[in-house]
Amino acid sequence: MNKILRVNMTDLSSKLETVPAAWAGLGGRGLTSTIVAAEVPPTCHALGPNNKLVFAPGLLTGTPAANSGRLSAGAKSPLTGTIKESNAGGTAAQMLARLDIKALIIEGIPQKADTWYSLHVSMAGVTIQEETELIGKWNFDVIEAVEARLGKKTGLLTIGPAGEMKMTAANISVKDPDSKLRSHGRGGLGAVMGSKKIKFISIDDAGAPKVPIADPEKFKTAARTFAKALLEHPVSGEGLPTYGTNVLVNILNEAGGLPTQNFKVGQFAGADKISGETMHDTIAARGGKVKHGCHAGCIIQCSQVYNDKDGKYVTSGFEYETIWGLGADCCIDNLDDIARADSIMDDIGIDSIETAVMFGVAMEAGILSFGDSKEMLRILSEEIGKGTPLGRILGGGAGSVGKAYGVTRVPVVKNQGIPAYDPRSVKGIGITYATSTMGADHTAGYAIATNILNVGGYVDPLKKEGQVELSRNLQIATAAVDSTGMCIFIAFPALDIPECLPALIDMINARFGIALTGDDVINLGKHILKVERQFNIEAGFNNTHDRLPEFFSTETVAPHNAIWDFSDAEIDEFWNF
Amino acid sequence: MQITVKLFATFRNGRFKLDRQEFRTGTDCRTIVLGLGLKEEEIGVVLVNGRHAALDQVMLDDDTLSLFPLVGGG
Ligand code: SF4
Repeated sequence: MNKILRVNMTDLSSKLETVPAAWAGLGGRGLTSTIVAAEVPPTCHALGPNNKLVFAPGLLTGTPAANSGRLSAGAKSPLTGTIKESNAGGTAAQMLARLDIKALIIEGIPQKADTWYSLHVSMAGVTIQEETELIGKWNFDVIEAVEARLGKKTGLLTIGPAGEMKMTAANISVKDPDSKLRSHGRGGLGAVMGSKKIKFISIDDAGAPKVPIADPEKFKTAARTFAKALLEHPVSGEGLPTYGTNVLVNILNEAGGLPTQNFKVGQFAGADKISGETMHDTIAARGGKVKHGCHAGCIIQCSQVYNDKDGKYVTSGFEYETIWGLGADCCIDNLDDIARADSIMDDIGIDSIETAVMFGVAMEAGILSFGDSKEMLRILSEEIGKGTPLGRILGGGAGSVGKAYGVTRVPVVKNQGIPAYDPRSVKGIGITYATSTMGADHTAGYAIATNILNVGGYVDPLKKEGQVELSRNLQIATAAVDSTGMCIFIAFPALDIPECLPALIDMINARFGIALTGDDVINLGKHILKVERQFNIEAGFNNTHDRLPEFFSTETVAPHNAIWDFSDAEIDEFWNF
Repeated sequence: MQITVKLFATFRNGRFKLDRQEFRTGTDCRTIVLGLGLKEEEIGVVLVNGRHAALDQVMLDDDTLSLFPLVGGG
């Protein structure tokens, strides 16, 4: 059981391989990072023939375990030059798991420079077809056309024009159960898919059996305990389904950690207008959906359906980081325009976090004014969507526009945009930004939980004490959780409810008939981080890249006048495990 | 003394968003919380002037108290 599906785009061939013993216990990020580290030369060009794009469902994906339907995508990132894993919901992960595909590896680049392809994965294996009709099309048109061709239930991974043009902020979009999109957002993986000339990957799991479970009784018991913990915890059981992740706007604003006007200050005068509370009331009043899951089996349902004032659908999966970035960081307090921008970003296939951070820098550069949401919307569809010269600079992300326009306040680490939480006033997340193997990535070690939200204890966000250890523990645990197929929001109950994590481990054990302990899982997390770091070292990175941009150490941030004051040696302690 | 009280998420239901209220000198957070009809175990995060505080922190004139249930995202 369990196969690796390998597609070679150079000679347009494919084969099914048995899973090597060393990969058998891995899934999700653990597997994509292991494969990338084993098979991709770290110094290769991320958009050249030697990079590989790897998709892997998690260890529990396809089972009835709550919130286990996430798909990991991995490659060398064209944005950061580091290894990259980015995971997303949608229907593809569960379909691949049912098809018994542990990983889909795409390698090589077609010889004909102007020919595009699509892949179709089913019980019969994979077919590689030339694609002409949908080239240049935006994502929602691709969904419509593919559903018309292959049926409504077809799973879909697709790139928009940003990915086709190999913009380094391009994402890979995944169709969700309502034919809308979720994204493998970060690190420009859409450009890697574009470099391989694959417009979309369709998936048909008709005829696929259920995912086998070695010990169904044990699994059932553990799954029940796990689901109970998710529903019992106030964050996953009540806060997220009611307000979505955007509940964070107000609390970060109050705590002075909401980066505003391209990270100039830590509070935004218009915060209330873009807050989760306002969004909740707006959605309810307009007949949208307050809660919504990005995949079948999600019981937290942090997503939502946001309508315009006439009750017409605008966007879903409308996340805090996007709203923060286009809102506070760009000084825009018009939630409807932010929602429209979110939808355009989905449609052209560009990372909403990188692009939001980019707009803050673009505004500082004077390309448009702070607060000008109409010009932002125009730029998204007319410049980036159409790939004008300006659009290509902007589509390269925050670092790209910063360089092109000589801006010095450019919030990136390893060239990836810093999201949503000011590292000066929330210092634990600063350590994560600095040290993550992925470049600036809040999900890699979400110190906000303990710095701001009182989840998993409390470490004072304004002090240095305890932050390195906090970030280290979180990054290790996250690497392990990212391998299970679980949505990272299960971390909230897992940090607070003692039965939650053992139940997760029991489910893995029952699924495979193995006997992992808590220590094994921690060791897996450590191992994954070390594999990723080794790849980065061989790609030319060292500890001097584990640093925040200079301005964080020279400019204080209001209201607490906080500054980034970690010494190099203190940051480097992170890797001492 | 005058205290600005800000409520968030579900705490707003049947209450208010923001209010300036008068309290006796020496009042602590807990007294204000209980006075709002909130229970101690409902409280997720207490910020006084944007800094995390314990419920027994004594308020000073013109302080801002922000109260949240346990919330999260990311
Ligand atoms: S909680 Fe949100 S991100 Fe997580 S699985 Fe559910 S909808 Fe997706």
